[in-house]
Amino acid sequence: MSIFVDEKNKVLVQGATGHQGVFHIGEMLNFGTKVVAGVTPGKGGQDVHGVPVFDSVREAVDETGADTSLVLVPARFAKDAVFEALDAGVKTVVVITENIPFHDAMEFVHYAKYKGALLIGPNCPGIASPGKTKIGILPGNIFKVGNVGVASRSGTLTYEIVNSLSEKGIGQSTCVGLGGDPIIGTTFIEALDAFEKDKDTKAVVLVGEIGGTAEEDAAEYIKEYISKPVFAFIAGRTAPPGKRMGHAGAIIARGKGTAESKIKAFEKADVKLARFPTDIADLIEKYV
Amino acid sequence: MKLFEYRGKELFKKYGIMVPNGRLVESEKDFSDLGFPLVLKAQVPVGGRGKAGGIKKADNLKDAKVKLGQIMGMNLRGYKVRKVLAEEMIDIKKELYLSVSLDRSKRMPLIMASAEGGMDIESVSDEKIFKEWVNPLIGLQSFNIRCIISKLGLGKEEGKKVSEVLIQIYKLFREYDCELVEINPLVFTSDGNVVALDSKIIINDDALFRHPDIIPEHVELTPLEKDAKEKGISFIQLDGNIGVIANGAGLTMATLDALTHFKGKGGVFLDLGGTDDPEKVKQAFELMKKAKPKVIFLNLFGGITKCDTVAKGVKAVISKEGIDCPVITRIKGMNEDKAKEILKDAGLVTATTLQDAAQRSSDLAGGGK
Repeated sequence: MSIFVDEKNKVLVQGATGHQGVFHIGEMLNFGTKVVAGVTPGKGGQDVHGVPVFDSVREAVDETGADTSLVLVPARFAKDAVFEALDAGVKTVVVITENIPFHDAMEFVHYAKYKGALLIGPNCPGIASPGKTKIGILPGNIFKVGNVGVASRSGTLTYEIVNSLSEKGIGQSTCVGLGGDPIIGTTFIEALDAFEKDKDTKAVVLVGEIGGTAEEDAAEYIKEYISKPVFAFIAGRTAPPGKRMGHAGAIIARGKGTAESKIKAFEKADVKLARFPTDIADLIEKYV
Repeated sequence: MKLFEYRGKELFKKYGIMVPNGRLVESEKDFSDLGFPLVLKAQVPVGGRGKAGGIKKADNLKDAKVKLGQIMGMNLRGYKVRKVLAEEMIDIKKELYLSVSLDRSKRMPLIMASAEGGMDIESVSDEKIFKEWVNPLIGLQSFNIRCIISKLGLGKEEGKKVSEVLIQIYKLFREYDCELVEINPLVFTSDGNVVALDSKIIINDDALFRHPDIIPEHVELTPLEKDAKEKGISFIQLDGNIGVIANGAGLTMATLDALTHFKGKGGVFLDLGGTDDPEKVKQAFELMKKAKPKVIFLNLFGGITKCDTVAKGVKAVISKEGIDCPVITRIKGMNEDKAKEILKDAGLVTATTLQDAAQRSSDLAGGGK
């Protein structure tokens, strides 16, 4: 098994005819993903690697039965694109686009919830269940089928870690890039919950970063609800302190958000922490 | 982007929120339409101005001239004061705290209010700061306002006036794509008015494209950081002597962490992002050279980015212009073997693991000394 996505997902790509769209439709097809449609307003009737392109999501869904959307459109059109997908009844939306205004993200994250849809991202590399499907821009050659679940707030760092796992012969059930933005649709908690329920996942790897309290929230959740072993890496132990938020930020955080706070929270939840990204594989070999 | 206090107050005025009578001052004549006593406030994008001497009271014109001279040009926590706001003193009866910000965990706007406004809100205990979350799909409703304002212990008229301010700052928060709108303190004057004595507004950089009236001032950036921003390169200067080039923020941070582990210190943080465009790589390397690090550490993971394309860009810069510091490279992923060949050919050190590369870079940089 796997979490969130598998070989049954029928994927449409919003922003299919751009440079990114064309390249990644090809990559996903190579991986075995069922890419059934592309959507670019005004480009209906064309095709990309043999995949038909439609003018609207509604049309694409009606014609192909697509139930999943990969959003690759530029930031200023992303809100409209996600709303369009959700409104057409798409049940899984993966938003790759970066630099989306967070007020827009806030709106579509809540609309997804209202529609009962799963929203991953924005500003994420996507999700892959090795041997089944890849929905996003993750490089296809780093994965190996197996039993470790990976959830990450980072992009390249995830590739690095997954690659080192695969090199050691440790395969993955699902790798999900949650996204690096302050507002994301799916957090560590939802990913942990899904991995806990997935009988093919034996251990979970979390890749965190400084900022926000997602790791602290995850640590609390792990203590209560997660029985499987959890491993983590946190980037930014020595990054300069964020100067971004004013007093309000400091009040919400109350000392949370720093690497130390995240490390402490994970230690309390009995999560094994790696010092270097590539050490995760060694830790898993040792404990699992 | 953090707005200066005076620009935040211009937005407050636009939303009908009262602010003290005041203006930016540069010389004596600028005080002609202001009454005394007044307060001179340094305009810098950091807190704690008062304690650092950036806020001074002036009783008359002569006094104001002297104090303006003291504040203008002074160095406040690393920022040179170039603008000074003069405001008429007002008579304060009560100080409150009011803000709208973003709760990342709940993914909702968060209103915070406290009856203990003033200088040190961070030291106010949690139970004295009241919170109310707003569902962005339904927006701010009357019940939200009642729930939070009723906790402040205000009279009926006072409560009504603060509610009006809250409605306006929430509107401002949403309409201007803010990360934060904060008034601290929001004061009651003895004649019953509610006045915003300070403003702290941060606008989400990603949304600036739809706010043409907000002109960016990159006051928080060094000249090289500014240059990088204009070229669309993510570049941060720190106080170490090792220049780090990596792709992706997470990997860049992990690289800095590895250096620190081996007693090295990152001096520049350059994130190539997802590009392998040789022109971008060239620009990035040139910027890095200008920052004059003792060692450059190139750490790449090629996923979609092809390692050899990046390596070609690096080689092009080095063979054309030369480089006067050692470059340690560690390359992994798509086409790594080809990339290593190219880099070796350019005379660069190629390490095999992150640890090895971090150790070598740190040693060459003298352990950050």
